[in-house]
Amino acid sequence: MIGAHKRWDFMFGVLGILALMIGVLTFTALFADMAIKGFSRIDANFFLSFPSRRAADAGILSAWVGSTLVMFVTAFAAVPVGVAAGVYLEEYAPKNWVTDIIEINITNLAGVPSIIYGLLALGLFVYTFGLGQSILSAGLTLALLILPIVIVATREAIRAIPQIIREGAYACGATTWQVVRDHIVPYSSAGILTGVIIGMARAIGETAPIITIGALTFIAFLPSAPFTGEPAAGLFDWLFAPFTVMPIQMFNWTSRPEAAFLNNAAAAGFVLVLMTLIMNGMAIWLRYRLRKNIKW
Amino acid sequence: MSSTASIASTAEGLPIVSQPSDRLKKDVTRHFKERVIESILFLAAFVSVFTTAAIVYILITESWVFFQHVPFSDFLFDTQWTPLFDDAHYGIMVLLSGTLTSSAVALLVAIPLGTIIAIYLSEFAPFVVREVAKPFLELLGGVPTIIYGYFALVFLTPLLQHFLPELPGFNLLSAGIVMGIMIIPYVASLSEDAMRAVPMALREGSYAMGATRLQTALRVVMPAATSGIASAYILGISRAVGETMILAVAAGMQPNLTFNPTEPGATITSFIVQVALGDLPHGSIGYQTIFAAGLTLMLMTLVFNLLGYYMRKRFREVY
Repeated sequence: MIGAHKRWDFMFGVLGILALMIGVLTFTALFADMAIKGFSRIDANFFLSFPSRRAADAGILSAWVGSTLVMFVTAFAAVPVGVAAGVYLEEYAPKNWVTDIIEINITNLAGVPSIIYGLLALGLFVYTFGLGQSILSAGLTLALLILPIVIVATREAIRAIPQIIREGAYACGATTWQVVRDHIVPYSSAGILTGVIIGMARAIGETAPIITIGALTFIAFLPSAPFTGEPAAGLFDWLFAPFTVMPIQMFNWTSRPEAAFLNNAAAAGFVLVLMTLIMNGMAIWLRYRLRKNIKW
Repeated sequence: MSSTASIASTAEGLPIVSQPSDRLKKDVTRHFKERVIESILFLAAFVSVFTTAAIVYILITESWVFFQHVPFSDFLFDTQWTPLFDDAHYGIMVLLSGTLTSSAVALLVAIPLGTIIAIYLSEFAPFVVREVAKPFLELLGGVPTIIYGYFALVFLTPLLQHFLPELPGFNLLSAGIVMGIMIIPYVASLSEDAMRAVPMALREGSYAMGATRLQTALRVVMPAATSGIASAYILGISRAVGETMILAVAAGMQPNLTFNPTEPGATITSFIVQVALGDLPHGSIGYQTIFAAGLTLMLMTLVFNLLGYYMRKRFREVY
């Protein structure tokens, strides 16, 4: 009987490895499929051409420029607000019902489907605030989407700082803000950065909310750079330009019937996966370094 | 710092009066500045409450416009969903069937595999395997969903057609399977965290009674971690229900009242994408339908979240 149980034990170990292998295999198949189909399309021209009706001429210039600009807006909005919220909840917040409501809300927002954020942005940013279907609307939408990730990462990083650091600073007569500015935020910055990178990696692949606010799928121009063009664009005019992003460009190519466009989709997908892998890999490496180099 | 100025002499013999430094003088604005900063930080934290309020407000006001044109009973009980046709029908049941069918397929994949991986990583795997597998699962969870959609359409559907020659090019089955694979990392990693939080003493007690690892895992660790595992499952369910791009790409977008996964179908989420891609004017009734659909989706995820909260409370074991 003992032997039978030991056999079960062994079989479960094998089963566990097999289950893990399904994940590994899927990932390999996905990556290899896109690499093989897309490889012929990836060259300098692919990055420097606009989308085109002819699959062989089409490129991702407007898509990666759009993605970069949207990510810029997202980071600019989500990082200050997220870090400030995390700091408030850890260092300032009194224990009362207002704090409870904020905490419950953050937990709930993390579980709201991303397409709901798209509907929110459509109603709020696009029509109520009149920001239009612009880079600014998209950036702010994604910022709201990754805010819970940034807040949770900030709080975890701050919680890892031992209490004696705060007590030392307070004992020297520092105010709460001085403690936060000179100790809490600098010491937790690596942890915060990890969370920000994971959030940005999530945001760069998000398609649904950006489609919902009505981003166009066929954009054969770039938003004009500040002080160029006729009439000269203002410093922030690009914020209100129509745009497309990498995942939308890929979706557009995937939904075309011609097979040639599928190869374009594979190439765009390969670039996109590589970008998210690099970002996630950076975050994992940072966290690993952090865990090894704990100083207190 | 003494308040009286000390007098010293330089080499030339001239007296120098050194002023007391005001570096540590009481800053009268100090308290005020603290309060201002605290309010700013509070506002940042309150953005989350504002976001939730805005979501609820937008979904309800825009759906209100919709329900002025469409009776509530039609929305619930009509068996056709054709809001973009002249003969418009608004039966949400059609979209719900797509959402439920694809989610069921996804969960059939994600829950067994996710649980097995969690048990394996928490109770069986050697240290090295766990250290490699956890970041890998995280990477898998970070792949954009549009990529999974492409994978379902271009790779998995043709593969499945070898076994099921009748399978159409767009179907809920392949989308659901890929969705399940997408959810595995969430289920596995949260369940594993819950199992690892079970105190070692429980395991040692079980081993001391002569139990094997599998017996310990299934009969001691899993029951003790029920609340965490249940909330991992619930998170998986709400991910599946809210997933959009995989279904928009690989399941087709024809509304279809069916619970057969080998047929194409539209879900609540893929319908919203379909309308957003079209050029319906803002304010038209067809356009308002996406907010009514969104409200339905929001209510569904809310129910699951509340259920998860209840499960956590109900089954929480305190050590």
